[in-house]
Amino acid sequence: MTSDQARTLIGARFSSAQIDGPGGALVVTVPLDQWAAFAQFAKDDLGCRYFSFLTAIDWKELGLEVVVRLDNLDDNMSVTMKTRPGPGVSLCPSLTPLYRGANWMERECYEMFGIQFEGHPDLRRLLLPDDWQGYPLLKSYAVDTPYPPYR
Amino acid sequence: MLHQKRPEGDKHSKLFESVTEGIHSFPGGFVVTTAADAFLNWARKSSVWPVTFGLACCAIEMMATFASRFDVERLGMVPWASPRHSDLMIVSGTVTIKMAPMLTRIYDQMPDPKWAVSMGSCANSGGPFRHGYHVVKGVDRVIPVDVYVPGCPPPPESLLNGLLLLQEQIAHFKRTGRRADPNAKVD
Amino acid sequence: MTTASPARLEVDYAGSERLTMNMGPQHPSAHGVFRAVLTLEGETVVGVDAVIGYLHRCHEKLAETLTYAQYPSIASKTDYVAAMTSEFAYVRAAETIGKIEVPKRAQYLRVMAAELQRVASHLLWLGTWCMDMGGALGGGATIFLYCIRERELILDLFESLVGARLLYGFYQVGGVRYDLPAGWTATCRETVDLIDRRIGEYESMLDDNPFFMARCQGVGVISRELAEDVGISGPLLRGSGVAWDLRRADPYSSYEDFQFLVPVESSGDCFARYGVRMVEFRESLKIVRQVLDGLPEGPVSSRPGLKSVAQTRIPKGEAYARIEGPRGEVGCYLTADGSAKPYRMKWRGASFSNLSVLPHIIPGHKVADVVAIMGSVDPVFGEVDR
Repeated sequence: MTSDQARTLIGARFSSAQIDGPGGALVVTVPLDQWAAFAQFAKDDLGCRYFSFLTAIDWKELGLEVVVRLDNLDDNMSVTMKTRPGPGVSLCPSLTPLYRGANWMERECYEMFGIQFEGHPDLRRLLLPDDWQGYPLLKSYAVDTPYPPYR
Repeated sequence: MLHQKRPEGDKHSKLFESVTEGIHSFPGGFVVTTAADAFLNWARKSSVWPVTFGLACCAIEMMATFASRFDVERLGMVPWASPRHSDLMIVSGTVTIKMAPMLTRIYDQMPDPKWAVSMGSCANSGGPFRHGYHVVKGVDRVIPVDVYVPGCPPPPESLLNGLLLLQEQIAHFKRTGRRADPNAKVD
Repeated sequence: MTTASPARLEVDYAGSERLTMNMGPQHPSAHGVFRAVLTLEGETVVGVDAVIGYLHRCHEKLAETLTYAQYPSIASKTDYVAAMTSEFAYVRAAETIGKIEVPKRAQYLRVMAAELQRVASHLLWLGTWCMDMGGALGGGATIFLYCIRERELILDLFESLVGARLLYGFYQVGGVRYDLPAGWTATCRETVDLIDRRIGEYESMLDDNPFFMARCQGVGVISRELAEDVGISGPLLRGSGVAWDLRRADPYSSYEDFQFLVPVESSGDCFARYGVRMVEFRESLKIVRQVLDGLPEGPVSSRPGLKSVAQTRIPKGEAYARIEGPRGEVGCYLTADGSAKPYRMKWRGASFSNLSVLPHIIPGHKVADVVAIMGSVDPVFGEVDR
């Protein structure tokens, strides 16, 4: 499976996906309702069984963007999938049923950005204390926001 | 919450305090109390047992100090895992808001007299992460500190310097248990 | 007067009572601030809830406030045991977006620093793992003291090169910051030869030690399928039969110029991971020798002479740069917006993914095996909590 073959397969199966990325790097932007379906396709048909990371970016007025990178270790190929839930929306289907590595990554994304992952078995805060208010990595949260009683 | 102070009297019993005061006020009694002070302080400073409280990068330098090249064991400091049997807490690393209650709990479990050394700039003042939302700006906001060792991380020579300073502080630990002034001159 | 012995109490232990035990953020296993809430049935662990975040130092948020010249020395504090490779990922991400050339000499120096750092990191791993399993006042301290003795030699090399022992600011966007001082290569060759001999001593102490083998063989088996699903990397992945090393698969910074083996074991237990790392020692020393033999002349940076902290500006774009650190794939996903500070930086820590495999492999083992497994996973909490 080379990245060109993967491009052809993705284009054939997901017509509304946008494939960018220079040369061998595949960066695919899928609409939110095809998020889990694309991940399943990547795991079964593209051979991307290695879960690298999941994160999100806050584009302020444009909303959030969830980024996932999957690798195919046998063919040395990788797929970066992105989706934009839309301005003001912070819901996303969870990939934990497909990839066990998404478990902790989605918990961290939830506590840093406030994204609710539907279908996650145990969505609670990971790095911060359980009673933390606010979602730190959003652009509206200041880096030195005080947390009483510590000044 | 700034700069925790130590409780006065270090929790001695009233009987013990009144006996030592009585001996001291007796004519010539100061010879007994100062000799007892000198002996007990020598014993205390020569066997300070640190509780292994490594938090972050400074813990690696602390481990290097405990190893054979820099060897704190020749000063009598045996690193000991249980806080109940330790005299010293070397806070090595960044104190985060999630960790601060655990740190206080371990400090409270140590019996008196106890000392604390703040190792590294994160423990001194929050360090390079001072502006983070989850970082406590210095461990002295949580526990009272006796010696501050600067550095990021302080090399083992600096930590040894700090521990020797602590030993000199302990040598000034007056009247069988009452601490010296906060600005005690080290001569 | 009869002194009847106390009646024997018959305790009916059906083995189904569960005890919740906290292996708290402070424990002598010397791995840093990790809390595992273990659910025990007798001595067997049936459930693990890993609580992390006790060292969350807001790296990702701070990176948005620090420029590309300021952040590399903070990046070294993520994987603080292997600080050189931590800085490498961030700097490489910025260079990929900005299409900044790195001179050949700088590439070779980067490789040498990274490989020496790999040896130093594995020495610390071996020392602390054996100390955890053997006890600090028992036999475990033997290997610890020997390994730290060797590690000090490498840290001396770094100190004469950079000025710092543990956390450096050696890597810069465009190259490295310092060139080799006079006499450094000779000292480096001597150190490398000495460490090569001493590793043979450690192997002879451990390889056929019955206690060591009893504690490591068959313990903490990670299957190949679990390894890929969770996303672990480094010696954990290679110990489970997957021949994946980023220095081979996706060569960066002239790694394709060097000959070295990538060790792979298939049993997936602690002993396999130990075997992988022991071979990696020798291979890293081999690479260092090759770098010293073939070091080209030239500048050490394509952007020398930093005049202000905001001098380096990276144009709009994004990139994911990954390097093979001692613990696995350390990656930096950087989104740049044309200014001197990144828009978003995501740190893909090797230890974060490696640690998330623990709830899947610990259940079924005894409490003592938890220590052995944690040591062989080799987490560094600066990377886990960032």
